[in-house]
Amino acid sequence: MSELYGRFGGGLATIFVALVLLWLTGMVLAPNIMMIDYALRPNLPPAQIGGPDDVYSFDNMLYLANEGVHRAIFFKTIWASALVAFITFVVCYPLAFWLAQHATPAQTGLAILALTIPFWINEVLRTLAWYILLAFRGPLNAVLLSLGIIDDPIRWYGNGGVLAGMVYAYILFMLFPIYNSIESLEKAQIEAARDLGASSWRIHWRVVIPHAKAGIATGCVFTFMLAAGSYVAPALLGAPGSRWFTEIIYNWFFEGGDWNRGAAYALVLLVLCLAVVLITLKLARVNLADVAK
Amino acid sequence: MNAADRIARLLFAFYMAAFFAYLFAPLAIMSAATFNASRFPTVTPWQGTTLQWFTALWNDGPMWQSVWTSVIVAFFVVLVAVPVGTAAALLLTSLHARARGFLYALMVSPLLTPGVVIGIATLVLWRQLGVGGGIFLIVLAQASFIICYVMLMVVARLQRFDRTQEEAALGLGASKFMVFRRILLPFLRPALIAAAFLAVLQSVENYNTTLFVRGFDTPLTVYIATKVRTGLTPAVNALALVMITITVLGAIAYEVARRRQAAASGGDQG
Repeated sequence: MSELYGRFGGGLATIFVALVLLWLTGMVLAPNIMMIDYALRPNLPPAQIGGPDDVYSFDNMLYLANEGVHRAIFFKTIWASALVAFITFVVCYPLAFWLAQHATPAQTGLAILALTIPFWINEVLRTLAWYILLAFRGPLNAVLLSLGIIDDPIRWYGNGGVLAGMVYAYILFMLFPIYNSIESLEKAQIEAARDLGASSWRIHWRVVIPHAKAGIATGCVFTFMLAAGSYVAPALLGAPGSRWFTEIIYNWFFEGGDWNRGAAYALVLLVLCLAVVLITLKLARVNLADVAK
Repeated sequence: MNAADRIARLLFAFYMAAFFAYLFAPLAIMSAATFNASRFPTVTPWQGTTLQWFTALWNDGPMWQSVWTSVIVAFFVVLVAVPVGTAAALLLTSLHARARGFLYALMVSPLLTPGVVIGIATLVLWRQLGVGGGIFLIVLAQASFIICYVMLMVVARLQRFDRTQEEAALGLGASKFMVFRRILLPFLRPALIAAAFLAVLQSVENYNTTLFVRGFDTPLTVYIATKVRTGLTPAVNALALVMITITVLGAIAYEVARRRQAAASGGDQG
């Protein structure tokens, strides 16, 4: 801190500190603390707020634990988000490996440009593209029907549609961390393993993946978090039978009119995401400082 | 080359084709549907080629209103996020290791928070203060995590800064403020421009956070998502096509500028 003042002088340094304090306390900590406060209070009519019934309790969380439908959707959101992370990993890994180990600089440049273009376009439009593609009378069904692969059009909206749209939306968050971590692997190590008779499968399993562990963990953590907290993909590509936990939260706020319960559900989602993030990073021995690169 | 290698190559070629088809087919179909006369955006069946949806887009008043809302929000997000993110980066890099670790964790925590939670937390705090959803809250909620991106980009640039320049300027009698304005800020300029650019993109594309704090204001992403429910027409595709075109041109311009710069600096990493 004293270095900051020494370097920039009292006026500037004070402005910097004030800006950062405003951000961290006013825009990060205070909102989250207020959300916790909401989550622990009952939903009361205005007249009773501050009255004898306005006491802290875990009732709102217990409501989630006891309400079968919401609980099922919560657990489904968790494992479906994990599935999104896993599928995204499988889809991205070969390309990340090729880019990091085999591609020429020109190929890498071109591939990265091609990869980033869809991601400059916003998530809602990307999801809309899938909405059009997967429509009941849409192009995918038309192609599959004309090829004779299916006899009747398939209803893609639902779990399958949500999965396809989410994997699509989060490819870059998986690809770049893996690419960066594989890039630092010496080609000589792969050649040595090959000379010693290891199969391609074994080289990936025993050499490349352990080396890229940190990048894989980072990619998975981000993808999981984004998927669990996503609203647009389930809202557009889902069906009544594939509701996402974020949709339940939204309904508490804007249809059910119970902000306290909504805040409690959001808090549960936040705690879950932070737990998954921190445990995964711990297991993969990744430092938080290396995640956000 | 033996048979197994050839099969592996074939498989990889197939994978690459599938990957890029997966990447571009949805966008290509969405763009193509703009020119189909069908009322619902699709390419099957093709009901005749038309440009009518561009006219429809041009005449879509509420859509332009939502574009305007997004532009205002993005403008203020940049105004908040770039100075605060820069201040955070400068503060972070002048701290000692232990304090830095804790502050860093706190500063990147919004990136690890689901977007809906950021929106909800902002909403409940400000309701307590008597402020409802609207452009003001959208800006605050978006900026709270976009600041992290700015901070990370500025920190990355600061790592290549040569402090002896500052010392030389001070030795020559410049004030500390002068050193900041004339040496550090110009050095940071490319990072600040890039960060402002990223902030605009992040702001305009945001949906999950914005949805909760929007009140009665309707930014572009919310408008598009609502359209899906209330009756989608290819006018939205025309909008998507315009945005894709701008994006591709922007990406090409960026790539050309980068190559020119790389050539000019003779392979220098700066």
